[in-house]
Amino acid sequence: MACVNPDGTVTPSAIAILTALRSADTAELIAPLADLPLFRVRSALRELVAAGLVAVDDGHHHLTDAGLARL
Amino acid sequence: MIETEAGPVGLPRLNEPAPQFEAVTTHGTLKLSDFEGRWLILFSHPADFTPVCTTEFLAFTEIFPDLQKRGTDLLGLSIDSVFSHIAWVRNIEEKTGIKIPFPVIADLNKDVAGKYGMLMPGESKTETSRCVFFIDPKGILRAMIYYPLSLGRNMQEILRVIDALQTATANGVATPANWVPGDKVIVPAPNTQEGAEERMKAGYECTDWYLCKKDL
Repeated sequence: MACVNPDGTVTPSAIAILTALRSADTAELIAPLADLPLFRVRSALRELVAAGLVAVDDGHHHLTDAGLARL
Repeated sequence: MIETEAGPVGLPRLNEPAPQFEAVTTHGTLKLSDFEGRWLILFSHPADFTPVCTTEFLAFTEIFPDLQKRGTDLLGLSIDSVFSHIAWVRNIEEKTGIKIPFPVIADLNKDVAGKYGMLMPGESKTETSRCVFFIDPKGILRAMIYYPLSLGRNMQEILRVIDALQTATANGVATPANWVPGDKVIVPAPNTQEGAEERMKAGYECTDWYLCKKDL
């Protein structure tokens, strides 16, 4: 996992994405804010959704309470 | 696709959708669709911790900024574990001071290698050949180059192919032999007699009706 470590902690790139999610809701908008390539953000968002830290509705992402708690 | 001892062997086809994959990489699990909207160069190398491959990784890293300027991502692959990849790229950084900036697929089950025809059993049943696939922002395979295990790739040719593909796509033209950016491009040949007659009056630099060039 590139975003969530085996011990449950999140990686610095995941923190950057979670932080960017406060002001952006698509991979295209998050990538420049997090200073990460678009492919990394798309992959990371899948992981963060699977981990319950991010939710997605109709292509728009937002932080869950669990995701907010990691910031 | 043919099943062999070395796994499935087949070649993808130009101008058709590149085979989809989901693979473990040094940058996490990636799908081909994660690269949509940008050009992608997918390349394979025979094995980690080998001499020619190390020179190639350094050379790919050298052109990485040039590829980024061209809206192009880079993705490596070999039949090694992700731990081997991590150890190798860390070793390269430790020995040369150069950090490998692109992800590398750990294709231990040969899934991606099989889909893209990277295994040449006549050359090796366990190592991928030096293949390069140029995939456009819509996921269409636009060019591919195969090199044998013994031959390190020419990075200027890889940049030239991306430049030529992007130029041809943007302008509806073709590029002549040895073309480099700034050279004249070829106007597609007319396919009617009327078109051929018109072509000679169109103001292009024409050798004959079927070979006309223009500046961009």
